[in-house]
Amino acid sequence: MSDNKLDNLPDGFKGMSQDMASDQTAFKGVQWGKVMMWIFLLSDTFVFSCFLISYMKGRASTVVDWPNTSEVFSLHVGNVPVPLLLIAIMTFVLITSSGTMALAVKYGYEKNRKMCGWLILATAIGGLTFVGMQVFEWSKLIHEGVRPWENPFGAKQFGSFFFMITGFHGTHVTIGVIFLFIYSRKVFRGDFDNGKRGFFTTMKSDYVAIEILGLYWHFVDLVWVFIFAFFYLW
Amino acid sequence: MDETQKKEQATTHKIGIYLWIWGLLFILSFFSYMVDWFAFQGLLRWTLILIFMFLKAGLIMAFFMHLYWERFALVSVLLWPMTAIVGFFVLMAAEAKYTVFTRLLYFFIGG
Repeated sequence: MSDNKLDNLPDGFKGMSQDMASDQTAFKGVQWGKVMMWIFLLSDTFVFSCFLISYMKGRASTVVDWPNTSEVFSLHVGNVPVPLLLIAIMTFVLITSSGTMALAVKYGYEKNRKMCGWLILATAIGGLTFVGMQVFEWSKLIHEGVRPWENPFGAKQFGSFFFMITGFHGTHVTIGVIFLFIYSRKVFRGDFDNGKRGFFTTMKSDYVAIEILGLYWHFVDLVWVFIFAFFYLW
Repeated sequence: MDETQKKEQATTHKIGIYLWIWGLLFILSFFSYMVDWFAFQGLLRWTLILIFMFLKAGLIMAFFMHLYWERFALVSVLLWPMTAIVGFFVLMAAEAKYTVFTRLLYFFIGG
């Protein structure tokens, strides 16, 4: 994350203006792949923002009542409906997997191969659990008659926004899970310790890849924070 | 803090910081679920949802995604473009008000 040379450079706004004006690497001490991941995540932020803003626009401009998400997403425990139960569990599962990922990055940089591998595997299983619960949620709602063009609870726009936003997020989680499984195998195999060259690249593997993978995974969690707040709770 | 300590901290962080953030995220998620559980309504509900949301997002970005430890050049490239989202949000909020006004006018009153 940092090296000795950086300690001599100024921080903050002054540091930024010097970094940008120095006619060499603008993002000092950051591996290029990490910068690329951040720029991809920035573009993905705009995609999700467009979805959430169009949802706000749709919901604010409909003259029909919006479905009560607290009831629509409730689960029956025995005979008692518990509001948003599944969504709350999904939120906790995703935060748990975000925590294990953060620790995997830490152990990766400490070259603790086994801990890093197991934590990435735990993250992948957490993500898989999340996707599984989302499949359950989707099939339950489809069974109750929710479609992108209609639903029995209120405003018709509800279905299209629900499937679009949670579907796009679920796709991100699924892609993340696939990469987490691949990278846990690479870590266990020792690719990042012996600098084995990757399948698509001639560059040597390095534990910075785990941090880049972590950035993607935390971003998926970050997006869920906003979906949970605006779509489910609002 | 001497130089060796500073360098060590810059490369990997103590496990305590991650566990603390993890715990805080759990507590904040629990609080935001409680907003729905107690069925707070209106301004109180929206304010609480937004406070817990921004705290969670801030903690994840700052510590799990290490932005707190990155140089300002990278942080600026990421955060300043997001002000465009606020601009777009304001435009669409105004547009939504106009749409609902025309719908009420033509569907119910008759223009």
